[in-house]
Amino acid sequence: MSAEAPTRPADIEDVTLAPLARPSKAFRLFATGLLVVIGLGIYAYSIQLRRGLSVTGMATTQDKVMWGLYITNFVFFIGISHAGTLISAILRLSHAGWRTPITRMAEFITVVALAVGVLFPIFDLGRPDRMLNVLRFGRWPSPILWDFFAIATYFVGSVMYLYLPMIPDLATCRDRLAGVVSRQREHMYRALSLGWKGTPKQRRSLASAIGLMCIIIIPVAITVHTVVSWIFAMTLRTGWNTAIFGIYFVGGAIFSGIATLIVVMAVLRRIYRLEDFITDRHFVNLGYLLAVFALVMMYFNISEFVTAGYKLEGSEPVYLGQIFTGSFAPLYWFYVVAGLIVPILLVTVRRTRHVRGIVTAAVLVDVAMWLERYIIVVASLKVPQMPYASPARYFPSWIEIAISLSALAFFALMIAVFTRFLPVMAMWEVREHATDTVTTEPIPSRVPSPEVIPS
Amino acid sequence: MNVDRRDVLKGFGVAAAGAVVAGVLPDAASAHGSEEEGVAAPPVSDRVRQWAMVIDLRRCDGCAGLAVPPQCTQACNWSRLVPDGQQWIEVYEPESGHLPSAGSHFLPAPCMQCQNAPCVNVCPVGATFHSPEGVVRIDQERCIGCRLCMAACPYDRRFFNWGEPLQIPDAAAAPYDVETQVPAIEGTVMKCDFCTDRTRAGGMPACVEACPRHAIYIGDLEEGIATNGAEMVEMRELLIQDGVQRYKEDLGTEPRVYYIPGHGELAGLDDAAMANGHHEAPSATFMKDSLEWPWENIQSYLASLPAAEGGTAP
Repeated sequence: MSAEAPTRPADIEDVTLAPLARPSKAFRLFATGLLVVIGLGIYAYSIQLRRGLSVTGMATTQDKVMWGLYITNFVFFIGISHAGTLISAILRLSHAGWRTPITRMAEFITVVALAVGVLFPIFDLGRPDRMLNVLRFGRWPSPILWDFFAIATYFVGSVMYLYLPMIPDLATCRDRLAGVVSRQREHMYRALSLGWKGTPKQRRSLASAIGLMCIIIIPVAITVHTVVSWIFAMTLRTGWNTAIFGIYFVGGAIFSGIATLIVVMAVLRRIYRLEDFITDRHFVNLGYLLAVFALVMMYFNISEFVTAGYKLEGSEPVYLGQIFTGSFAPLYWFYVVAGLIVPILLVTVRRTRHVRGIVTAAVLVDVAMWLERYIIVVASLKVPQMPYASPARYFPSWIEIAISLSALAFFALMIAVFTRFLPVMAMWEVREHATDTVTTEPIPSRVPSPEVIPS
Repeated sequence: MNVDRRDVLKGFGVAAAGAVVAGVLPDAASAHGSEEEGVAAPPVSDRVRQWAMVIDLRRCDGCAGLAVPPQCTQACNWSRLVPDGQQWIEVYEPESGHLPSAGSHFLPAPCMQCQNAPCVNVCPVGATFHSPEGVVRIDQERCIGCRLCMAACPYDRRFFNWGEPLQIPDAAAAPYDVETQVPAIEGTVMKCDFCTDRTRAGGMPACVEACPRHAIYIGDLEEGIATNGAEMVEMRELLIQDGVQRYKEDLGTEPRVYYIPGHGELAGLDDAAMANGHHEAPSATFMKDSLEWPWENIQSYLASLPAAEGGTAP
């Protein structure tokens, strides 16, 4: 495999395998910094374990705002997990050849974001010691059970979907890193590459397995975020009690997922010097996708608010009032302007349609989407359901903030660790589509399908 | 139909008398294992009480006229050992209609004991459930504290023990009882339980007993009788009153709490004092903010006792 002549200045294998062989100084520094933040979060959580949820801002809201930052983070991280699998599967199925250097990163994000996301319902539990009651006494009518199984299924599927296309690359690691890395690592690559030799039979099996996983993972991914939204939509609360929530959450998930992929791509490209493979074109293409989903989100928002705002049934005036002009207005209008309008402009105006502009758009979208998740969770809870005079005030405590920040650090660290020990790009796929990555125009019709990998 | 309060208690006490009959009828006895309550004496017959409340808002003035905090809430806090800050029955003061100067009225809100209960539907572990008597219960030994039930409750009638609840030592040391929710457990949800331990024993819920205006009726839909502590009436007499409704009826939650509309116009009118022509000032202020939870005081008092052990204070 590795005998194939490189077709570009830098060899994909050299570039991809370099960080696996020896960690750079920057990597160690970066990882240490992240560990410090994570340590702070662990300290905060230890306090919460000792003193219960009374240390959170939720405890001071007279039981009105019973969910806050933790559930916001849960929705956000499960959302960005859509970056990977869904985007990679759709691009694979549509034979978009330019995808090859970025699919692996996207799939890393999925697995890591899921792993981080599922921590938050646990942080939010009043009795984390009884967590397994969900398995012991689980009852199907509860949306939490649906969530549990949907996320578990998605996680298993995503790990498989990450692993399958990595097998040929793991074999490359096994062959090329022998003697370079530690013994344990050699064993790991050998075990994980399952005796891959690239025989026609192996290639056929792999192609059909990947093809099948592409198709299976898409409905699973959509289900997951729909079910997450149903935690809210299955209640009678103003703002949550709407049928649009399922698709709205899926849309927001893909939107924030694309943004996260762009940010991660930019960081990894810089750290691992992947400029020869991850080109401006990848950013521009994902930028277009980002702009499309910004429009989709606008459409959902308009659908939701116009249908509710026209009739102003029940508490809708209170709910819409606090979003448009009330206490959530700064957050909401930031979301609209910086999260939807500005990113569309950055991507569509030729002068800003470059890597820096698109990464800026992506960062804005990530921040805005987090705020929009926060508004979804907290704004509905602040709508008085009973005739009391002053609405509850919620402000997260430092414990909640520390745990949230450390989860973000944990996310970054896991991505770093993944890319330290596993190939950050799908080397064999990049090679298959070599001619494609150097051109600047999409050429979908010429790109062979992943199911038919020439041997 | 007005009945003496003694008769009411007798009415509810039939259960106890019937237990004797059931004792000599092996079929009946064996057909009735202990219900979820785990009581020693099986109920009388196949009839299971279906608890319901009727709250006469014509009589409720939020205890403002008496210049005391709402006595239903206050009695509930004390007798149910309600943790600090929670109001299992809470008296709200909504505006009456939207006309100017329509004023406000008072709305005591216990747990509505919905028959299509959103909280029961969403619980992932079956920690909240219906008793055979139609009361929504919480098993605080199973509850995982996810608070989805609180998010789902349209009446804000569920409360969370965010930290270790402050409670008197006897309660904290007691074996857990799902019916009385004692002791309160950190990280779990609590709420009004209709005092079924008291009603089964022939008594009344604390709020009914404490209401100085006799505005709250506890009744049994199965037998069709209800009492406010002063009189015993047929349930239908209450429910055919004009405009009787359940709160947020349109949500379809099928509550077991009914309201007779009003704005406190009859509050205290049936008292002996009223008969003599005395009338309390209706302009008195609503004293909800003066509600008390005595646990901290009790604890600091106990702590101030010199010898904790054996109770032998000099």
